[in-house]
Amino acid sequence: MFKLFTYLADWIVYNLAGIDSGSHLGQALHFFVEDTSKILVLLFVISFIMGIVNAYFPIEKVRDFLVKRKMYGLEYLVASLFGAVTPFCSCSSIPLFIGFVNGGIPLGITFAYLITSPLVNEVAVAMFIGYFGFKITGIYVISGIILGMAGGFILGKLKLENSLTDWVKQIQRQSTSNSIEYKEENIPFTKRLPGITCDSWSIVSGVLLYVLIGIALGAAMHGYVPEHFFATYLSADKWYAVPLAVLVAVPMYANAAGIVPVIEVFVAKGVSIGTALAFMMAVVGLSLPEATLLRKVMKWKMMAAFFGLVTLFIIISGFLFNFLII
Amino acid sequence: MEIKILGTGCAKCKALEATVKKVVAELGIEANVLDEKDVIKIMDYNVMRTPALVIDEKVVSQGKNLTEKEVKNLLCNDNTCSCHN
Repeated sequence: MFKLFTYLADWIVYNLAGIDSGSHLGQALHFFVEDTSKILVLLFVISFIMGIVNAYFPIEKVRDFLVKRKMYGLEYLVASLFGAVTPFCSCSSIPLFIGFVNGGIPLGITFAYLITSPLVNEVAVAMFIGYFGFKITGIYVISGIILGMAGGFILGKLKLENSLTDWVKQIQRQSTSNSIEYKEENIPFTKRLPGITCDSWSIVSGVLLYVLIGIALGAAMHGYVPEHFFATYLSADKWYAVPLAVLVAVPMYANAAGIVPVIEVFVAKGVSIGTALAFMMAVVGLSLPEATLLRKVMKWKMMAAFFGLVTLFIIISGFLFNFLII
Repeated sequence: MEIKILGTGCAKCKALEATVKKVVAELGIEANVLDEKDVIKIMDYNVMRTPALVIDEKVVSQGKNLTEKEVKNLLCNDNTCSCHN
């Protein structure tokens, strides 16, 4: 199915630009054109699909849904699934957190959303399909959703309500949950289409630079990092490979677009896929900038529980991946 | 007219603020453009996605970096979105 992009790159580089297919320049350009076009098309398609879902299930409606329905445990799955399909922006995490908690949604379910949302996002999914194919992407997405559910469930059981910062508790007291009512806008699909296309395009153009940097960085690393370089430290048979990769990645913050091509190099040079997936999850799922934002709504105890538990779960998933995939 | 941009300082919020200021200047509207970065005050508007645009204390857009045309439409009280600039 992705052969199309090979033909496209053949045509652009060898026919249109007339560069010799045997030359280094020709091969490098071919690689660049093929990967870039593939990733950008995938990103557009996935943003578009998520855009359609979001047009019909905006976050306000999700909140309303979670507040009103009793789902006997299924709400963790619902919250986590919605976290996966909504585009994530770290600057929205606090308003979202407070909006959920104020609406009367239990903390555990709010956490399920909060964990999955950065983990499974349109950029990560598009890059994963492009670089690792559908099987690995499926494993990544499903484990991200399960991670959110399990993490949210356990955090909910820890009864951390007291560890919300004081001003959050204050708004909680002031708000009356029934004052929030979502009004459905009845706009036909054909009217929504331009808006969705417009949004998808803005997602693509917003990360275009990171995609280009990521692909270039990955391509450069392929040439410079020696074969089996990582195998010594990070191969699957080393028990500390997964925890080490995750602990290094947690404080790091990188755009999913920039990190996936680098991870692909790791895998090509001897890192096992499970360790690489755990690394990816830790980079996009948890980060210091996110922690400083969340500190405004959570006291240290809740922060520690949130970061500690998610880190632990990512490490466990890394071991599971290594065990299952190889 | 009082226009507020609610946002915690992310790139999208800054972009929206710049767009709004540009449109206001272009249209020659008499308006006060303020940016609200305080999360506590932002939450008073009951928004869940930033950047949000508030015109005369009414939230007109959430979680979107609007185009110039969209801002123009909102300022002119018309809710249609389009990509053509």
